[in-house]
Amino acid sequence: MGSATIAVKVWRGNARGRFVAYDVPRQPSQTVLDVVTHIQRHIDPSLAYRFACRVGMCGSCAMSVDGVARWTCRTHVERVARNGALTIAPLAHLPIVRDLVTDMTAFFDKWARPLGRFRGSAGRDADIARVPPDSPERQAAEAGIECIGCGVCYASCDVVRWRPDFLGPAALNRAWTLVNDARDVDRDERLRAVAGDAGCHACHTQGSCTERCPKGIAPTAGIAGLKRAAARAALAHDR
Amino acid sequence: MNESGRNGTTANSRSIGSLGMTNSVRNRSLAAPGMTTGRHPAWWAFVVHRVSGLALAAFLPLHFLALSTVLGGASALDGFLRFAEQPPVRVAEWALVVLLSLHLAGGVRLLLIEFGPWRGLRNGWIAGGAGVGALVGFVYALALIR
Amino acid sequence: MTSPATQARLWYAQRISAMVLAVCVAVHLAVIVYATRRGLTGADILARTRGSAGFATFYAIFVVACAVHVPIGLRTVAQEWLRWRNGALDAACAAFALVVLVIGWRAVWAVTVG
Repeated sequence: MGSATIAVKVWRGNARGRFVAYDVPRQPSQTVLDVVTHIQRHIDPSLAYRFACRVGMCGSCAMSVDGVARWTCRTHVERVARNGALTIAPLAHLPIVRDLVTDMTAFFDKWARPLGRFRGSAGRDADIARVPPDSPERQAAEAGIECIGCGVCYASCDVVRWRPDFLGPAALNRAWTLVNDARDVDRDERLRAVAGDAGCHACHTQGSCTERCPKGIAPTAGIAGLKRAAARAALAHDR
Repeated sequence: MNESGRNGTTANSRSIGSLGMTNSVRNRSLAAPGMTTGRHPAWWAFVVHRVSGLALAAFLPLHFLALSTVLGGASALDGFLRFAEQPPVRVAEWALVVLLSLHLAGGVRLLLIEFGPWRGLRNGWIAGGAGVGALVGFVYALALIR
Repeated sequence: MTSPATQARLWYAQRISAMVLAVCVAVHLAVIVYATRRGLTGADILARTRGSAGFATFYAIFVVACAVHVPIGLRTVAQEWLRWRNGALDAACAAFALVVLVIGWRAVWAVTVG
């Protein structure tokens, strides 16, 4: 691209807002977050957006770039700009607070709903739990525990859009790590919470979550595991 | 063409209608199907699986009813089969056979993902499934033309 | 609304029927190609199917697998694309399953016994 500027369209306003065009000077190694920051600092200070670490660790800067959910601090403009143009929108499937900022309440509520927290039975004075690191369950849990709750998978899933109460890939992945945690005592209740039309059984293995996760986690794998575990539990307990 | 946004106002910014995205995207339709998911192979596999499933579900009762016409004698079935010889019907039958093979191949891939050891989204199976569909389509077309 | 346990069982039933159908469909595709080449008049078809116990058994099982697999699949699509969520949907799917079973077995009967 020989042009010295990029034509950027940015979503402004709330759900009834519109796209607004800006021209942003190109810089070497420029990221999409750099572009947004430039607009806010030099063109329109009223632009609202989120970021924190800007180095790909916190997940706060997740936005929709040309329709695809990405970490904008880790997305180089030269990789995504087509014909010197770019479109930036807030993360999909979440209510828009303003401009590029979404309300993540629903995302984290759904995280909590399938008992997305650990509960053990051992007290402070008990021995340290012995969990073999190479057991299949521990390896399954390890594959999913790096999730930082950025919402990219949630924004990438058609089922989230089609079913408002679908828990979503992140919440289900979290549940999967806990189902595989040998120390957790709520396995049965958790499997009941993840099963069903709002849970793992609604997943169609589109795999967008796995394709898009910036941490390389595969929620599809965990959800498949939850399907099997929930079916086994339902057949065994006959409830 | 430069946006010189004055302090806090967007008065000098341009509102945009169509955007150079694949579909015209406006406020309410920030997400047309596949827009937020991106159209990667596994997503297409889902689309093919769902569309073929719907087509087959619609076809199945008709298939059963057509076969049942033989209860009125072999000539009743022949009447239907003569109708089925018309080119548009032949093409539709061919399409259904291809959709059936695609639904089968896609289904086997899903069974592997859901019940087998995790080996990723098995994109090889997507390619293979498309190949199976093409093969069956070719073989069936040959049989029809004879 | 169905309970999560019921939904887990529905999922399981649909996958088991899918495994059965994988075999049945593969065989059926071969049968379709064979039959198309050998002749598709009423008499041709009936000559192959009439009185065949193997044919009848295979296709009777095929019909059962369809009656399980298809309505559960349609239920999901109706929930997602038609936003149909209540108990009427479950009743409609059960009814459709029955319809498929009845007309499917009737078709098998028609071509094997007549």
